[in-house]
Amino acid sequence: MSDPVIRFTNVTKVFSRPDGRGDFTAVDRLSFEIAKGEIVAVLGKTGCGKSTMFNIVAGLIEPSAGEARVIGHDPFREFDFFRGKIGIVFQNDRLMPWRTALDNVLLGLQILDSDPKQAEDTARAWLTRLGLSGHETDYPHVLSGGMRQRVSIARAFAVDPEILLCDEPFSSLDEMTARDLRTEFVRLVRQTDKTAVFITHQIREAMDIGDRVLAFHRPARIAYEARLNATASDSDRQRVHDDIMRVLSAEPAGTGQGV
Amino acid sequence: MMTMMKNTRTMRALQAAAGMIVLAFGWQILSMIFPHYLFPPVPEIISRTVEVLITGSLLVDVLLTAGRIFGGLLGAFALGGILAMVIGQSRTAENFVAPILTFFQGIPALSWVVFAIIWFHGIEFRVLFIMIMTTLPAFTFQILDAFRSMSKDLFEMTMSFRPSRWTLFRFLIVPTIVPGILTAWKVNLGNAARVVVVAELVGATGGVGYQLLRQQQLFDMAGAMAWTLQLVLFVLIVQQVITAIENWALRYRAVSERAM
Repeated sequence: MSDPVIRFTNVTKVFSRPDGRGDFTAVDRLSFEIAKGEIVAVLGKTGCGKSTMFNIVAGLIEPSAGEARVIGHDPFREFDFFRGKIGIVFQNDRLMPWRTALDNVLLGLQILDSDPKQAEDTARAWLTRLGLSGHETDYPHVLSGGMRQRVSIARAFAVDPEILLCDEPFSSLDEMTARDLRTEFVRLVRQTDKTAVFITHQIREAMDIGDRVLAFHRPARIAYEARLNATASDSDRQRVHDDIMRVLSAEPAGTGQGV
Repeated sequence: MMTMMKNTRTMRALQAAAGMIVLAFGWQILSMIFPHYLFPPVPEIISRTVEVLITGSLLVDVLLTAGRIFGGLLGAFALGGILAMVIGQSRTAENFVAPILTFFQGIPALSWVVFAIIWFHGIEFRVLFIMIMTTLPAFTFQILDAFRSMSKDLFEMTMSFRPSRWTLFRFLIVPTIVPGILTAWKVNLGNAARVVVVAELVGATGGVGYQLLRQQQLFDMAGAMAWTLQLVLFVLIVQQVITAIENWALRYRAVSERAM
């Protein structure tokens, strides 16, 4: 079996409270591995440390203890190694308001010094793929929430990263739009053979998207893990749903089993 | 939509013109009550103003003052921009520089004029020094504020692509601080126009300030008004240019149809 793309070994992250009232632990001795091509949904209640784990993988913050390795490298200390290797879709679209939809998709490619003509072709192709053909010159404020999130997905895919990190990207959208985008997102990840970490606080969304679901307790450590089989029956899926619900509602952590 | 915008613009221009006409009318009434050497009639002021504009030797003084204003503002902007970037990235630099700039802000423009006359010989250097010292703190603090208002979300998003410092500056920092820079230019332009006149009044041999001093010596109120209007016109034109740049650079901003 090949080396995992993402590996956490006893990773702990402790923050100092800004008002000087001591420290708080956001991630507590977290260990897990994610293999190439896997889509892993990370689930947990609000404030359980999912986003802290996400930021550690993204290299935006450094663990206080333990070891985080992404493609065999330290994402924080070897920050520049990951140029073009990680694409991120954030909770809100984070589009630059002064750039058009096309220019927003171009951002990553421009930072990576891609050939301008080729970069524009790539950006246009991704906008078309996400159903935004004809909106290239629109500024973010004229686009709907769903369209803006599509632009941000196009921006993440356009740099052709090895890993996609998604932090509750559809949580601010209405149910119908979120469902359509979820389906589209999974299709694109499978088509382009990416490894994806998808953070959510909705059990159904996690089960729809992930090959595997990791449920976190607070502070972030794995409370439940389930591998989801596409051919699983509705009753099996319901059982996993109920198990996750029970585990998330109760302390201490339990251990689940896959279907 | 376009017609509505045009109508709004025309209405705004008409309202502004009406305000100026009321002011001119009031002045004209005063000129009928008081002697002309105190309140010269409006037509005389207009004719003297036009005379300055069409007489090459007089226009040179206006251009000289305009050049001094731009020189001073450019110098203060460049220096203020560098200081703001340094302060924005280092708390130590802020602790060191911010109190000095605040101290400078408390020094009256006239004091800088006196210091410049005592310290330096060259007239142009004196004026440049005064302009920079009086507008530097405002430029620095305004650019710093704009830099600090940069969205953390956009910063993290941009950083996720691992940009170089230069790329980050070009793609994120510059567009973020542009609105603040344009506001700083608008605010400092008015300040600079006032300060440059004081500087020229005391220590220069040319420029609008120098001409104002001459009109005072000749007790020529129409001349004083004509030279003052040169400066007002200059500020108005440059403000319009900055506004046009602002409208173009910030065209991405959403505008609500409902007025406040």
